[in-house]
Amino acid sequence: MRVVADTQRCVGAGQCVLTDPTTFDQNDEDGTVVILRDEPQDPQTSARVREAVHLCPNQALSIVE
Amino acid sequence: MTSSMLPVVRTCPYQPPAEHVRLRESEPVARVTLPSGSSVWALSRLEDIRTMLTDPRFSSDRQHPGFPQFFSGQRPTGKFGRSLIGMDPPEHGPARRAVVGEFTVRRMAALRPRIQQIVDEHIDAMLAGPRPADLVQALSLPIPSLVICELLGVPYADHEFFQRYSGQLLSRTASTEQRTTAIVELRSYLQDLVARRQEAPGDDLISRQIAQATERGDRTADDVVNLGFLLLVAGHETTANMISLGVMTLLDHPAQLAAMVADQSITPLAVEELLRYFTIAEFATSRVAKENIEIGGVLIRAGEGVIALGTAANRDPAAFVNGDDLDLSRGARHHVAFGFGAHQCLGQNLARMELQIVFDTLFRRIPGLRLAGSVDALPFKDDAVVYGLYDLPVTWDAPAE
Ligand code: HEM
Ligand code: SF4
Repeated sequence: MRVVADTQRCVGAGQCVLTDPTTFDQNDEDGTVVILRDEPQDPQTSARVREAVHLCPNQALSIVE
Repeated sequence: MTSSMLPVVRTCPYQPPAEHVRLRESEPVARVTLPSGSSVWALSRLEDIRTMLTDPRFSSDRQHPGFPQFFSGQRPTGKFGRSLIGMDPPEHGPARRAVVGEFTVRRMAALRPRIQQIVDEHIDAMLAGPRPADLVQALSLPIPSLVICELLGVPYADHEFFQRYSGQLLSRTASTEQRTTAIVELRSYLQDLVARRQEAPGDDLISRQIAQATERGDRTADDVVNLGFLLLVAGHETTANMISLGVMTLLDHPAQLAAMVADQSITPLAVEELLRYFTIAEFATSRVAKENIEIGGVLIRAGEGVIALGTAANRDPAAFVNGDDLDLSRGARHHVAFGFGAHQCLGQNLARMELQIVFDTLFRRIPGLRLAGSVDALPFKDDAVVYGLYDLPVTWDAPAE
């Protein structure tokens, strides 16, 4: 699986960073999401990434299988 | 369709109003009448609320005649100015991105040492004073207000002024006139601060907003004043009320408190659970429909107001296992205590950190802290838009000499 971000939809709430800081970061300039690594390397990370997709308040994250 | 009067009062401080729960179980999209007399739709299931708050056809325009009004006379008169919280797309996105960089998880972590210092100083002062103490005055109100001073770059010499008027704005005993004075004083203070930072920029949010607005030419000095005022209004009372309710709840659940004190990795989970459990600002997540929209099989017509009963939704059995139980290690973050969608709380990671620092520091520094009365006797803000406590008397053991 792979996670993709739509930075136009991102509202910088940081829920993704709280959920998995190894996958997500935020741009210092406008707070939008930065994907550090788009393919989770292990099942725990995959689960956290799915959780982040669910928590994102503005549907800015999605998963491509 | 009948329209029931929606009682907003919580009969038990730990439970949502009973009618909210009844609606969630039997009429999840219901027509209700608010204390102001206006009729609106009330949503009470988590999924419906998430759907509504992510649909741009529901507007946040608080000046719209159909926007839900809880108490009569509540409609903003315009003295708050145009601000982020009332904007819709396409205006909202760029305005939010212009400031959200100030609130990233990393930026907030950088504020931690300074917030720790503010918390320690206020605990010192409380310990040096008489017992019992009112925790609301000693900690809940001053800490978030000083943190906002820090964020905005209010100079130390002006803290007392800022604290006095932000306190007066929230005081239960202040008259309408005194509240208006507080608004006028704070706004003119912010205007003055913006003017000073235009001359001599510092390392703070206001200065960076001015620089950015000048560079892009898309905002005026007045917009920066409005933003500063919004941050104060949105971030002061909410955080203060969560500090008070959180301390009360932790002291009233000693076994769970002991587990949290023994393992600080529980504190962030406990903060999340307390946010979910109380959902103090459910009335902030109201909207007005711009078009005819179907939600949960019910047609909401253009111009009709909608409220989201977050207290009920945050215990929705479809989303939370045993949602009525307080479980400090639950750590569920899919609640809507900070809202959902494009307006989800801008200050959420600041609020989380303030609450974590207060809880971690307070119970570690004062292990004998206890309520100076029973929970039932406390003055809850049943009559206010944001739920909380007016005072919270606490006491502790005298230090061994
Ligand atoms: C525990 C404390 C807090 C709670 C429960 C809370 C709750 C909320 C809620 C429910 C919303 C959504 C409103 C809507 O959907 O229209 C919101 C928005 C907002 N909050 Fe908070 N808040 C808290 C603390 C803070 C702090 C500390 C700040 C800033 C210093 C802040 C600034 C804002 C702003 C600026 C918005 C509007 C964002 C936008 O419209 O894009 N809040 N808050
Ligand atoms: S959770 Fe969603 S909106 Fe928030 S920063 Fe991450 S991608 Fe952006």
